[in-house]
Amino acid sequence: MEFPRIPLGQWIEGGLDFLTSEYSVVTRAISRVTQTGIEALNDSLMWLPEWVLMALIALLSWKVAGTRLAIGAAAGLALIWNLELWDPMIESLTLVVIATLVAVSIALPVGIAAALSERLYRTLMPVLDFMQTMPAFVYLIPAIPFFGIGSVSAIFATVIFSMPPAIRFTTLGIRQVPTELIEAADAFGSTRKQKLLKVQLPLSLPTVMAGINQTIMLALSMVVIAAMIGADGLGNEVWRAIQRLRPGDGFEAGIAVVILAMILDRLTQALRK
Amino acid sequence: MTDTQSVKIKVRNLSKVFGSNPKKGLELRDQGLKRPEIFEKTGLTLGLSKIDFDVHEGELLVIMGLSGSGKSTLIRCLNRLIEPTEGEIVIDGEDIPQLSDKELLECRRRHFSMVFQNFALFPHRTVQQNAEYGLEIRGVAKEERAEKARNSLKQVGLDGWEDALPNQLSGGMQQRVGLARALANDSTVLLMDEAFSALDPLIRKDMQQELLELQHRMKKTTVFITHDLDEALNIGDRIILLKDGEIVQIGTPEQILTQPADEYVERFIEGVDMSRILTARNAMRPVRATAREDDGPRTVLRKMSENGLDSIYVTSRERKLLGLVEVDAADQATKEGKQDISSVWHQDFACVGPDEPLHNLFAMFSEKSFPIAVVDEDKRLLGVVVKGAVLAELAESGDN
Ligand SMILES: Nc1ncnc2c1ncn2[C@@H]1O[C@H](COP(=O)(O)OP(=O)(O)O)[C@@H](O)[C@H]1O
Ligand SMILES: [Mg+2]
Repeated sequence: MEFPRIPLGQWIEGGLDFLTSEYSVVTRAISRVTQTGIEALNDSLMWLPEWVLMALIALLSWKVAGTRLAIGAAAGLALIWNLELWDPMIESLTLVVIATLVAVSIALPVGIAAALSERLYRTLMPVLDFMQTMPAFVYLIPAIPFFGIGSVSAIFATVIFSMPPAIRFTTLGIRQVPTELIEAADAFGSTRKQKLLKVQLPLSLPTVMAGINQTIMLALSMVVIAAMIGADGLGNEVWRAIQRLRPGDGFEAGIAVVILAMILDRLTQALRK
Repeated sequence: MTDTQSVKIKVRNLSKVFGSNPKKGLELRDQGLKRPEIFEKTGLTLGLSKIDFDVHEGELLVIMGLSGSGKSTLIRCLNRLIEPTEGEIVIDGEDIPQLSDKELLECRRRHFSMVFQNFALFPHRTVQQNAEYGLEIRGVAKEERAEKARNSLKQVGLDGWEDALPNQLSGGMQQRVGLARALANDSTVLLMDEAFSALDPLIRKDMQQELLELQHRMKKTTVFITHDLDEALNIGDRIILLKDGEIVQIGTPEQILTQPADEYVERFIEGVDMSRILTARNAMRPVRATAREDDGPRTVLRKMSENGLDSIYVTSRERKLLGLVEVDAADQATKEGKQDISSVWHQDFACVGPDEPLHNLFAMFSEKSFPIAVVDEDKRLLGVVVKGAVLAELAESGDN
């Protein structure tokens, strides 16, 4: 007798169908809010003349990291501009910023809660493993029935894919605070809230920032892949280059992604210190 | 210290079992099993078993034992950083194990401040902010807590370092911050868990000395943990010896040394070189000048001024100690035209034998800090001990 194939895929599809039909009100609301956010940020970044934004980013780099990053950032952005990839770059940046904001604002409280509750920690860690090891573009598929083709789906998939490190590092950072310091805080009669705000969070900040840095990097890589479901930006340029078999265009867009990634990475790393 | 002293903390039948299902550990203990057997059978650790003792108001109580004997567990049960499995811990009428979470918070704020072995300073806060921590979480107003923290930093000799970060300081200085943080809080009891064990031997001696001075000045009830017998003997008013979670002896340093309760204590004190127990003889100085019982007030005044004294001991012809004359009293007697000094000397000073342990002398210095008289069995004056000499002698003993 042959053992029947388990219809795992069908079950999942059934579940997704159920969710999309039952919660369409919710998903549509989320969709609208997110779309507005994306457009607002995108428009204001586009509205700034290129050289102003370039100068602002260079200035910020100089403030937090010094002259080298400032020069590098300015040169990199100038190259992107020269390659006429400025607008797609801004679109990608917008998606990264919004996805990161959403991911971090979910990850911080969840990470803190998991650090303080052993039970939540134990249930959450396998979920995070799942979220991180599932191939990235699998998230794109359920995003479409929820939010349709376009940037909102891209944000949704990006948030899920990029959130785990921020949660993990927040939890890790808080758990890493030496027990002696926790004991000291307790011994003087700190409430849980005082302990969290005055001892645990300040001491875990560098670790939390490392997590946010990783989240940003993952978000950028996902935003590029999300071109497959119609997200605008540099990924879209690559996608078009593939379809038209123009490797030169593809590499140009790819280099722009690398430049953006390096600026974001060095900036957030510098913020840790 | 004496039995009449009032009790600050009363600990009765305190036990702690580590592990899940601790009651099982207590049952086995009651069946007569010891720590290793209980661990083998159940995996539970009998951290403390049937601990009874009092902490007296104003004393410096040392809890001593080898590593693993349960010292840290004991001190942490007092403020419930570790939950006791059974027993009473009564402080000012409150039974600490019975307190609700909220009451416990209040109790910790009012009664306990703690100094830790590895300092446990908050690395992201300055020295000043560390010292303010206890007051800050109690909601004390900004100026008041800054003032109090500055005062306690001054007390431990750290004025000028307020804005430094802990990792910019040496170990000894870091622990001073730890001490200042505890003192600023103005709690009724100071808990010190191996507070000096991480310090270099020399710095450690200094810190012991300073703690002694602070303690005598402030009369702060202190529970001090150490694994070092020398340290215990040097600073303890009383010592509790702990072994495998049980008390083997409670007594003054002298009692521990001279009447060890059992073989364990004997082995513990074997390492102590008895000659290093300093006595009044070590710190004694010859008397610069004495007055004779038949000297007139003018003579006495002259002897004092010639020797730069503001008080002078009076002896009989056989050098027996009769009393002490202060410069004001002699002056007064001269003005009143008195011919002898028998009416102006008094007995209001401390008088010890030459074998009196040095650390007992601290408490004897009166407010005016008259030198302590050292006399033999026949009350003949052998010499005097001035306050500075006690410190100097004790500090020196740390050097070898
Ligand atoms: N959280 C814990 N869980 C299990 N066993 C513990 C725990 N804390 C301490 N112990 C055990 O209790 C005993 C006493 O430890 P402790 O009080 O730290 O000793 P000390 O401070 O005298 O070195 C040791 O055997 C130690 O292993
Ligand atoms: Mg210990």
